[in-house]
Amino acid sequence: MKRIYPDRELCIGCGLCVLGCLAAHSKSHDLVLAYKEERAKGLVSRKRLIEDDEVCIAISCRHCEEPECVPVCISGALTKDEVTGITVYDADKCVGCWTCIMACPYGAIQRDKYNNKIIKCDLCAGRENGPACVEACPNRALRYEER
Amino acid sequence: MAYVIIGNGIASLGAIDGIRKYDRNTPITVIGAENTAAYGKPLTSYLLAGRISPERLSMRPDDYYKGKNVNLKLATYINKIDLEARELRTSEGEQIQFEKLLLATGGKPYVPQVNGLEGEGVYNFTAAKDAYRLIESVKDLKRAVVIGGGLIGLKAAESLYNRGVEVAVVESDQRILPLAYDGEAAALIAKRVEEAGMLVRCGVSGKNIVRDKSGKLRGILLEDKSFLEADAIVIAIGVVSNTELAEQAGIRVDKGIVVDDNMFTGKDGIYAAGDVAQARDVIFDKDKVVPVWSNAYTQGYYAGRNMAGNESKYPGTMSMSSISFFGLPTISVGEVNPDPDNSEYEIYTFFDERKQSYRKLVFKKDQLVGYVLVGDIDFAGMYTSFIKFKFKVDAITRKRLSQGEPDVLMWPDEFFNKAWNPDSK
Repeated sequence: MKRIYPDRELCIGCGLCVLGCLAAHSKSHDLVLAYKEERAKGLVSRKRLIEDDEVCIAISCRHCEEPECVPVCISGALTKDEVTGITVYDADKCVGCWTCIMACPYGAIQRDKYNNKIIKCDLCAGRENGPACVEACPNRALRYEER
Repeated sequence: MAYVIIGNGIASLGAIDGIRKYDRNTPITVIGAENTAAYGKPLTSYLLAGRISPERLSMRPDDYYKGKNVNLKLATYINKIDLEARELRTSEGEQIQFEKLLLATGGKPYVPQVNGLEGEGVYNFTAAKDAYRLIESVKDLKRAVVIGGGLIGLKAAESLYNRGVEVAVVESDQRILPLAYDGEAAALIAKRVEEAGMLVRCGVSGKNIVRDKSGKLRGILLEDKSFLEADAIVIAIGVVSNTELAEQAGIRVDKGIVVDDNMFTGKDGIYAAGDVAQARDVIFDKDKVVPVWSNAYTQGYYAGRNMAGNESKYPGTMSMSSISFFGLPTISVGEVNPDPDNSEYEIYTFFDERKQSYRKLVFKKDQLVGYVLVGDIDFAGMYTSFIKFKFKVDAITRKRLSQGEPDVLMWPDEFFNKAWNPDSK
């Protein structure tokens, strides 16, 4: 399957992927409204920018072949789509037990404290141009491809 | 009938997935004692608390079993496993032939030494039916006593409390959560639970259930001669492996059914997984029964793969729990209570009373082997990665881990590149 691969050699830490993700997952699909208003109501970017002194990288769910999060999910909110390979999250089923946060060794799942649910990359399901973070990246540090 | 699975819990689901990864066609028969398809056992407390509806208990969509070519027999008990004839006899009088058999019979409730447990008003808390029974009577309950201050007991207590019942928890150990957590975390959680208005009694056991002349429950007398009034007693100490069938069949049993790294029992074509199995624990490096939901699926999954002829080694059990008490999130992974006299261990702790945030990291030689988080749990997965991938931890990394907020950039470069950014083909 096609996955998003982050390249820390190329990442400049600009955070445009974080914003692209935020807009793509907003109701308004408008970056300014998403940032100024929807964030206050619980909208969280699925992308996380991590920096230390020398390097930076933007991470999100890897949609692992055999994910750690799916088998430990107590509510059936996380499942693996056998056809697309996507690790699918159903927020309606999530009870906010945080077991997936404990289990994911890639640190790719976040807590949505506002809604007592989790936040996870959905590869921008159904978006015409593919994942918004990849499209927003100015330096091709994020690639969406088959490897 | 090639594959037969006894038990219909999460280990059984894992086994179906494991088998079907390599064998799409051979029929699988799953025999479950309960009358519902596999459901989220840890969700039982959410059900009791009224936070989810019964429809949400189910782990898989309704068409799952059909889609996987699984013949699901519910409300059926196995009376006997005949290893020679290679068949099972069910409570319905049926005989079922098997070639490969998985024992995923789980655990049965641990029964404490309390007099007078028989009779009305006494409940277990291990299956959905227990929650349904409690829900039915909860409107008539004023006070309840939960026996067991572990994960299940506290969760049951919280759920009853959320239903408006006055609850007391009785734990025979000196503190709550004696197994899964360390003393400091347990103290923080106990404080939260007591502030919410629950009574917690540690270091004492129940002795006698007291009833009035008509047999109606009045309460429980404890070993220290104190008395707790109750209209219901809930036993939630935990489970012991349900090994009877295996024992009768002559399969090797210690604390649980003994299995090797392929989840194989040593008897031709017979495997075991989940709370009934005694499998390898990676941290303690010995075989243990670890009745933890998160491990049961994986054990089942590896059993299934091996049953389907794909030899695969079970990566090993890692005890882990993530659970919130009255909104306070807590996570505990791996070895969290090492022997204080063993100089191989180094422990780091951090506590911020105002933020109700506690962090404990346990290092053994140059590796992280366990951690506890209370409050700030957002970076849990990163700590788990250090344990799971057995990264060597130098002094700088140790310091940074201890400061909190670890991230993927702290991994060895080579590992990072392999995991996150492998070369294009």
